[in-house]
Amino acid sequence: MKILVCISHVPDTTTKVKFVDGDTKLDTTGIQWVINPWDELSLTRALELKDDPSTGVKSVTVAHVGGAGSEPTIRKALAIGADDAIRVNAEPADAYFVAAQLAEVAKKEQFDIIMCGIESSDYNGSTVGGMLAEFLNIPSVSAVSSLKIENGQAVIVREIDGGKETLTVPVPFVAIVQKGIAKEPRIAAMRGIMMARTKPIKLYEPIAIEPLTEYVKFELPKPRAACKFVDPENPKQLIELLQNETKLI
Amino acid sequence: MSVLVYTENWDGKFKKLSFELVSYASKIAEMTGTSVTTVTIGDMADDELKTLGRYGAEKVICIKNDNLSVLDNRNYATVLAQVAQSEGSKVIIVANNNRGKAIAPMLSVKLKAAIGAGVSQLPLSINPFTVYKRTFSGSSFAHVVLKTDVKIITLAQNSFDIIESNRDVKIEKIDVQIDVPKTQVKDVQKQTGKLLLTDAEIVVSGGRGMKSPDNWGPLVELADLLGAATACSRPVSDEGWRPHEEHTGQTGKIIAPNLYITVGISGATQHIAGVSGSKYIVAINNDKSAPIFEVAQYGLVGDAQKVLPKLVEAVKEIKGK
Repeated sequence: MKILVCISHVPDTTTKVKFVDGDTKLDTTGIQWVINPWDELSLTRALELKDDPSTGVKSVTVAHVGGAGSEPTIRKALAIGADDAIRVNAEPADAYFVAAQLAEVAKKEQFDIIMCGIESSDYNGSTVGGMLAEFLNIPSVSAVSSLKIENGQAVIVREIDGGKETLTVPVPFVAIVQKGIAKEPRIAAMRGIMMARTKPIKLYEPIAIEPLTEYVKFELPKPRAACKFVDPENPKQLIELLQNETKLI
Repeated sequence: MSVLVYTENWDGKFKKLSFELVSYASKIAEMTGTSVTTVTIGDMADDELKTLGRYGAEKVICIKNDNLSVLDNRNYATVLAQVAQSEGSKVIIVANNNRGKAIAPMLSVKLKAAIGAGVSQLPLSINPFTVYKRTFSGSSFAHVVLKTDVKIITLAQNSFDIIESNRDVKIEKIDVQIDVPKTQVKDVQKQTGKLLLTDAEIVVSGGRGMKSPDNWGPLVELADLLGAATACSRPVSDEGWRPHEEHTGQTGKIIAPNLYITVGISGATQHIAGVSGSKYIVAINNDKSAPIFEVAQYGLVGDAQKVLPKLVEAVKEIKGK
């Protein structure tokens, strides 16, 4: 069984973002780039499955759509333990564009399970995984919080609004994963970092796809009113304020 | 021509979320000079279907088919694409919840329709069709142009107020041709008897400052008195003090209640990312330099263990209990 993990490259999640060119572009000065947190958890789970011989998982490949500048992020994934990587050499124009590029890769390379994080922490779209499955005409399962392989069959738990469902779906499929899929993201060890230097990154040139959306302007949230402090000796005052001012109590 | 809304139902009933979606769609229909058609999947009584008219729906389609009894993303997207095409819908609206997120991307590829994902306001303009959405996990917002003829919007929960606009509703119950689902559900575990975090108007949330899982009693009591759901920060769920379902924050649940009361939460960027859509934030923390006070409107610098029982008493007094 072969697993593909799609990874996106995002600013470190503690970044205070700023915009340039009339608030049309992210100011990338000084930004630390990381693997999108959900993709990192996907990769961790994929590697855990490969570590267990009973699953029959033979390889874990990572795929990424991005320019040469994102190679350090790919190397990081290889250092964590992916066997090989694919980079589609194009700036990720929008989710539709990225999903279409990943679909081309998946068609050529043939995977059994494709894992995508449920969203990326930059554009918060939650759309690439589902689009990719539809481009490939294969099922998708979303909000996956557990993925096991039992007797060659994928057993999945997904979160629904108000509960959980355990289900099976035939391969190939796309698992769109969320928190819970792995406990902690796996960290690269020194040996992994050394080995990553020689692992292959296959380069694909992009296919021609017109993006469907355009980000025309960014803005920062409006500052909130200053905090009103109540006397710690008299917490009742807090409840009175909430009752009188917010009318919610 | 119509604005099409997918209104999910829970065992044959709509929820506030469904009414938010229809209210939002009615405003877009007004802006674009068309009407609202809704579609729901499952077995529903006419009386319940009719309630959507109160929020501006003119046509309510109800689809029943055994192959749609479980959520198979592709089957659902196929059916919604068929309805959108037969209705000539130019704008399709779904909730930005687990189900909406599962279906919308497939629908987008089927119809070659651009998605505005996690939209939190009415479109800023109709031509070009520009939506407003959160980006960088709430630390910024973006204006996004949807460039295709058909557009899909996934609307963030609790971001649009319900508006009543009574309409006469035409109900249409239809069956469809659809394959046996590839998704085979073996077991369902429903969260019962508990207010869902994503539905709650008020949420009381505890962090590491609660010190121990044994200290949650007064927090839960406060939540019960306020009719609130309980939540927690990531370290708390990672430690296993509270269930994962309660984790709010960037990698947990993204919520936008009217009132978010934090107790012993310092307010790391990743936590704020999940709750910044809240209308009011209250911070109770013993460290007055904690970043949570920068985003809170009401603050109390004090120890959670001492403050919580007093808050419980104060609420009891107000509620006459």
